[in-house]
This record gives sequence, structure tokens and C-alpha cells, in this order.
Amino acid sequence: MTKFCSERIAKYAFEYAYLNNRKTVTAVHKANIMKLADGLFLESCRQVATKYPSIKYNEIIVDNCCMQLVSKPEQFNVMVTPNLYGNLVANTAAGIAGGTGVMPGGNVGADHAVFEQGASAGNVGNEKLLEQKKANPVALLLSSAMMLRHLQFPSFADRLETAVKRVISDGKYMTKDLGGASTTQEVVDAVIATLH
Amino acid sequence: MASKVRSSSTLLKRFLATRLNQSRSVTYMPRPGDGAPRAVTLIPGDGIGPLVTGAVEQVMEAMHAPVYFEKFEVHGDMKAVPPAVIESIRKNKVCLKGGLATPMGGGVSSLNVQLRKELDLYASLVNCFNLPGITTRHDNVDIVVIRENTEGEYSGLEHEVVPGVVESLKFCSERIAKYAFEYAYLNNRKKVTAVHKANIMKLADGLFLESCREVATKYPGIKYNEIIVDNCCMQLVSKPEQFDVMVTPNLYGNLVANTAAGIAGGTGVMPGGNVGAEHAVFEQGASAGNVGSGKEVEEKKANPVALLLSSAMMLRHLQFPAFADRLETAVKRVILEGRYRTHDLGGTSTTQEVVDAVLDALN
Repeated sequence: MTKFCSERIAKYAFEYAYLNNRKTVTAVHKANIMKLADGLFLESCRQVATKYPSIKYNEIIVDNCCMQLVSKPEQFNVMVTPNLYGNLVANTAAGIAGGTGVMPGGNVGADHAVFEQGASAGNVGNEKLLEQKKANPVALLLSSAMMLRHLQFPSFADRLETAVKRVISDGKYMTKDLGGASTTQEVVDAVIATLH
Repeated sequence: MASKVRSSSTLLKRFLATRLNQSRSVTYMPRPGDGAPRAVTLIPGDGIGPLVTGAVEQVMEAMHAPVYFEKFEVHGDMKAVPPAVIESIRKNKVCLKGGLATPMGGGVSSLNVQLRKELDLYASLVNCFNLPGITTRHDNVDIVVIRENTEGEYSGLEHEVVPGVVESLKFCSERIAKYAFEYAYLNNRKKVTAVHKANIMKLADGLFLESCREVATKYPGIKYNEIIVDNCCMQLVSKPEQFDVMVTPNLYGNLVANTAAGIAGGTGVMPGGNVGAEHAVFEQGASAGNVGSGKEVEEKKANPVALLLSSAMMLRHLQFPAFADRLETAVKRVILEGRYRTHDLGGTSTTQEVVDAVLDALN
């Protein structure tokens, strides 16, 4: 854990919240045990928080956090975490909100951005999904909408998202992870049909 | 009777909640450093200008928007726009302004026009649309008038007939046509209509149409049609819902924009801006050539909505979409609720009362 990395992730989290009109940033940590490493992380978060007085800031210990996520997830908004906890928190949050098949995400640095499925539970899909071509395209479609916004094409992003959300809300074409029996291509065809 | 009133206000609340509380759940991933505040040149201007730019300043402050203003005094009776102001706009690339009064006669040219030509802001855009809550004769109006801003009848080149003039007209026609189609493409608009009088102005407007037709071939997904300007004015006041994006040369554009603004709710509410390759200047969309009446200025009752919505366009131009959305949502909520409206919308509120309502409505 370095001060440099903690600082820049804290800065990114608050800047993200500021630019996306998010009201709270919660730092996830285990500083009661990892006093030095996570202590450094918390210090950075607290310092950056002072620069954003209109955004609420609070802290939560990671084990309590996991329990809160599965019982009262609506309390959370933006969460900023170090590397290890982040993986667990992200997959848990994805799971309770609908599954890794639908959550969008990406990776960004000072100069580049790489968009991919938000959470993947550490695997690239099982054999059966692959053979039967029944993988859920929703997560990557929504990530590509984030990418379109990143490239500053907001109305294309909106069109894509609206079409995907409508297909999901109609409920006719859903892959197995969402309780349906469609193939990837059937979902894609539905999205394309909705686009027009 | 009491229960009817209560239920209609509950309905209104629910309507407002669903229509106006749509938040993005799939979001915008900023580049690190995107949140750094941007400098914007601010010219309060004449007449109602200081009132309405003051409104924008208050709302930006309340949102903690990442913009800060560099204010300059410019008045229509000055000989020219001060060089310091031009420098500032060149540096900041973005400017927000109130109107500058254009004195009649006396050989003093309009400073508004001077600014546009100096910065080569060749595209002027006005979005004329029905705002929920304002009843007008026509519904479903959502017209974007894109007007060539530097050439044509206002350029002072009417009496030169040399090859260079014809070429510069072509150059100007081409770039405004390109801008109009690109705008339609990027904003998911379905149709571009070219407004002209080429049956009479065969050369000048003929060039304009040629350019539009050429650019249209590059955008097969966008419908293109043409309309003669007099028919256009008649259609605007009888069936405005047929129009989407309209591209026009300079003179017609002024008339079409003000007409469209008038039928959709008035010049007090329509946003707009001017853009060139390097700079953008945002101001009230249409102003019917004036900076407000003496009474509006004295009683401080100018409508701030147009400039507030233009400043939301400016926020999007600066790539701060969430702030733009918050601002627009708050303004639209205030208009829909109908309690705080200035005289031009049938109310009696002052500018400040409307601003306070918008500040309250910000979430």
C-alpha cells in the first residue's frame, strides 16, 4: 500500500462522485487490523474528502461492509476500496443487484481507458455457456455505452442503454443467468430491433 | 373539491418524480483530472444581460459547478470589443454573454456580429422546443435552427462581384452544412431541412443548396429536404412539428429562429449558442434583436430561463453532463410547477424569484 496509490484512487473516487452527482463516498478498509497499510489508505481518503465539502464521506470496516451489502445495500453509493477488498466488494455488490452478467465497468488511468464487463467472479464463463452460445451480452453492452460516453458520444450511449434496458424490462429475451433461455444472439437481435 | 385538489397535486408530484428524476445509472467514467474547474469568459452585456448572467452565476455557485467566470464589461456603444476580452475568450475557448445593444445608424456596427466574425463563430444554433408547463398553440415542437453566422447579407460584401466572393460563399455554405449534419448525427436527429430562396437567388442560395446536397450524401441515415423560405415561414406557424433540424444562411436564419422561438414559447426560454472551430460563445438563443425593454430592466423582471438553459448547453460543451442535467432538470421543474414565472410566460415573478425557485429545485 503506497501513499501515492491511495491518494490517486481517493482523488478519482471523489472526482467521479462530483462529476456524476453522487452524494456519498464510503471508504472500505480494515485499518483496525492493518493499522499501517489501511491506515495510510484512510488518511488519503480523509484528506481528499476535505476538498469536496458537499460530498458526504464515511468509512466502513470490510467485514461489516459485506454484511451490510447483503442486508441493506441501498445505504451505499460510491465506495472506494483498496485492491483486494475491491474485488470482493465489487463481486458481492454485482451479485446482489442482478449478477455479473449485467453490471458494466471499466478501468481508467491518466492516459488510457479499458472497458470490460464490470465483475466476472474471476472466470470467463463455463464450458456450457460457450458451447451453447448462451452468454449474457448485457454487461459488455452497457460497458460499451460507458465507453461511448467516455469518447463523448452521449446520445449514442443513451440510445444503446435505452434499447438494452427496454429489452431487459420486456423480459422476453433473457439468458439463463437472468432466468431465461435465450441465446446471446437472440438478446442481441432484440436490442437491435429495439434500437430502430 | 378539497380531495380533487389534493389528488391533482399528488398526481403532479408523481408526474414530476418520474419525468424529472431520471438519473443515469450507467455512468460516465471521467479521465483523472476531468473535474478540474474551467475558466469561462463572462460578458454581462446590456439591458437585461447583467440580470440574466447574474442568474447563471448564482446557479453555478449553488451547484459547485467546475467553472469559474472571468467577467468583462462590454457595452454596445463601445467602438469595438476590447482586445482583453477577445484574448480571454481565445484563452478560455468558451464564453457566456448577455446581449449587446446595437445602436441604430451612426456607422457603429453590432458588437455581437463583430465578436462572431473575429472568432469565426460560423454556426449559430437555437433550440426551439415546447417546455412542459408552457401552453402554446402547437405541441411536439422541437426544432434546432442552425444558421450560418458570418456570411451572407450581413457580411457587407453584397456589392462585390469577384471570384473570391463566390468562393468564400461556397466555403461558408459547406461548413455550415457539415455542421448541421454532424449535429444531427451526434444528437440522434432524423432530418435536416435546408431553408433557401434559390428560385430567386439562383447563385448564392444555389451554392448553399449544392453544399447541403453534397454533405447529405455522406449521411445516408439522415433524411434531407429543402424548403423555400416564404413557404417555410408559413409552415412554421401552421405545422411546426414537421421540422427537426433546419439549416439556413445568415439572414433567413435570423428570421426563422425568432419565428420558431416565438411559436414554441418565446425568446425568454430558448437556449442557443455560437460555435466555430476553436471557440464557443453561449447566449440566449433568440432575442428578436433587442436586449429587453426598459421596464424589464428597471423592475428586474427579465426571464432567466433562456440563459440558464444555454449555460446548461455550455456545461455539456465543457463535458460536465451531470451538472448540465441537474441544471436543466431544476429549470424544467420550476417551469412545470408554474408558480414562479416572469411576465413573458404569463406570470408576475421577478428574475430573482425564478432564480430562487431554481436553486430550491436543484438536487
